[in-house]
Amino acid sequence: MSASSDTINELTRKGYEYGFITDIEQESAPPGLSEDIVRFISAKKEEPEWMLEWRLEAYRNWLEMTPPDWAHVNYPPIDFQSISYYAAPKNQPKSLDEVDPKLLETYEKLGIPMHEREMLAGVSSGNRNVAVDAVFDSVSVGTTYKDKLAEKGIIFCSMSEAVREHPELVRKYIGSVVPRGDNFFAALNSAVFSDGSFVYIPKGVRCPMELSTYFRMNAGHTGQFERTLIIAEEGSHVSYLEGCTAPMRDENQLHAAVVELVAHQDAEIKYSTVQNWYPGDENGKGGIFNFVTKRGLCEGANSKISWTQVETGSAITWKYPSCVLRGDNSVGEFYSVAVTRGRQQADTGTKMIHMGKNTRSTIISKGISAGHGQQSYRGLVRVAPTASGARNYSQCDSMLIGDQCAAHTFPYIDAQHPGAHIEHEATTSRISEDQLFYCMQRGIGAEEAVSLIVNGFCRDVFKTLPMEFAVEAQKLLEVTLEDSVG
Amino acid sequence: MAMLEIRDLRASVEGQEILKGINLTMKPGEVHAIMGPNGSGKSTLSKVLAGHEGYEVTGGQVFYDGKDLLELAPEERAREGLFLGFQYPVEIPGVANTYFLKAAVNAIRKHRGEGEIDAMEFLKLIRERMKLVKMDEALLKRPVNEGFSGGEKKRNEIFQMAVLEPRLAILDETDSGLDIDALRTVSEGVNALRSPERSFLLITHYQRLLNYIQPDHVHVLVKGQIVKSGGKELAQELEQSGYALFDENAA
Ligand SMILES: Nc1ncnc2c1ncn2[C@@H]1O[C@H](COP(=O)(O)OP(=O)(O)OP(=O)(O)O)[C@@H](O)[C@H]1O
Ligand SMILES: [Mg+2]
Repeated sequence: MSASSDTINELTRKGYEYGFITDIEQESAPPGLSEDIVRFISAKKEEPEWMLEWRLEAYRNWLEMTPPDWAHVNYPPIDFQSISYYAAPKNQPKSLDEVDPKLLETYEKLGIPMHEREMLAGVSSGNRNVAVDAVFDSVSVGTTYKDKLAEKGIIFCSMSEAVREHPELVRKYIGSVVPRGDNFFAALNSAVFSDGSFVYIPKGVRCPMELSTYFRMNAGHTGQFERTLIIAEEGSHVSYLEGCTAPMRDENQLHAAVVELVAHQDAEIKYSTVQNWYPGDENGKGGIFNFVTKRGLCEGANSKISWTQVETGSAITWKYPSCVLRGDNSVGEFYSVAVTRGRQQADTGTKMIHMGKNTRSTIISKGISAGHGQQSYRGLVRVAPTASGARNYSQCDSMLIGDQCAAHTFPYIDAQHPGAHIEHEATTSRISEDQLFYCMQRGIGAEEAVSLIVNGFCRDVFKTLPMEFAVEAQKLLEVTLEDSVG
Repeated sequence: MAMLEIRDLRASVEGQEILKGINLTMKPGEVHAIMGPNGSGKSTLSKVLAGHEGYEVTGGQVFYDGKDLLELAPEERAREGLFLGFQYPVEIPGVANTYFLKAAVNAIRKHRGEGEIDAMEFLKLIRERMKLVKMDEALLKRPVNEGFSGGEKKRNEIFQMAVLEPRLAILDETDSGLDIDALRTVSEGVNALRSPERSFLLITHYQRLLNYIQPDHVHVLVKGQIVKSGGKELAQELEQSGYALFDENAA
């Protein structure tokens, strides 16, 4: 027994590949949070007055709030006055061609294509290109394929740019799904949000390529406050992916994001995340604190929002991508793979709020814990009195690797309509010694065997990812769980 | 040179000695059968030979092609051509049978310094081997052994063996759980794979299997020791008299 669990423990300890720091001249705000800092950020971004007012209101709201304590995670209190709320490369480019080569090199190292032509040459499969918005600390440093998308009336740009260029849309939708005072971290984000992506798909348009945002935290002692807003007008369709990495630092860094999605009638939004923030070292030193509020509103009838997340990074993850199913016959989906190893802690899950008639939701959550990883699935399915014919199916599977990790499941069901049809299944399993031996007896090495078994466990989720990213996610899982060093 | 030479092999599990000095020599091309009562150590022997970490070798030596087998990691033994058809094959949820087999084929090829098998070539190989053991194509796409019936699992073991082309195949009760027709097909498959370079060690409770696959030698394992060896007529003898006779001898 012990020999094999040692092997497994060994296998699940592995370095972080993206931990390098880009040496670039940056300017940042002094640490601390005050109204002046909020004004500073807003001024840096040349925002209109209403935006500043909106931020200030959020800030005042936040001052009254306390951090949530119900999640199954342990961490020392965060000193919000020791964090810098703004950092940006000094030379801000006007166009893609002017982006600092050091930044381009950074994205290249991370495998993110920032050259449009390179992509056209067929880096992505099936002739499908991927448009990228690259966010470096607090600012977007470039967005590819903007012009091509604009031909179809699609807006894909950084949030800062959207506030300046499309104020009417931003003003209408920002905070409409996640109100400023929704929770402590959402309020903080609303006050100091830095950058993120803005997507607008006009009526009847099917976005011709995958849109993606790549978040990179580089500066030390700095928080990143991503804000993303995606609006899909009637009958439109978009698939969006976000990826994240950060350097290895001894300090904990805060990432508090807010993502809002709005799907109008017959529209569909597919939102995929591959989160690989620095998780800290094996003793739990350093790593990103990832406190995220993601919510989608299925506003119109027959609309659909799917969240797919592959979470392998962060020291602490606190994240519940949710769907509010307001439109009749609307559909919400949540597919998640979360890995915790070393001293990582994750409390993640989803909320499905059924309001419209015949709304349907599906939740598939796969949690993998190794080392001293602690993981909780927390899910809420609420069926409002108005939601006749609502259906939900939830499946939460946990896999434990080794005997020092743990998995917990907290499903909450609140059915206020007697006809609600809610199904919940949960399992906990281990990679058994016999499974490993079976693979090895066929010539497959222990490392490959573990990743094979884990990939099999995650199959139901991986198959929902866009093809290009499914491969990426599988590879990520491999490097996360394998000891390619030893 | 012998394909396999086991000298005074002793092994324990959970501190209890199960194998108490096994001696056995197999030449290339030979088929040996091991019979013995429940709990006598047959599966233990097969797992020790395949390198299961849960079993501790406490004495003796094993040579495979003249090399010290016990020195090798389980996956190295497999890559060197040792195959174990499990008495209880495990399920690997979510991993397609073909995907699993391809990983195995490639691991073995890599060991031999060959490149990865090309998709068409692999497809051809599995098609061909599928026919050999009359394997249902639907089982190939399903996750490894998941929800397979007892007989389907056994047939899948033989199918894997046919694809991996081992030099020494240990089949632990592959006949148990097979219906009469399946037993015949599987036996025919094994016979088709018999060759002067390939040896088989069949663990079975039933003489019936040995009607289909004619063994060169039959050994009786009782309480962790081989108490009698002989030709295929020994199996018939056992069928009639049972193990009672040997049990006393062993004690
Ligand atoms: N992992 C284990 N833990 C404890 N005891 C074990 C273990 N594996 C084998 N044994 C014991 O070793 C003895 C031999 O078992 P083994 O499986 O080798 O028998 P077998 O000859 O294959 O029997 P059968 O004909 O029933 O398959 C049995 O008493 C069994 O209980
Ligand atoms: Mg047995």
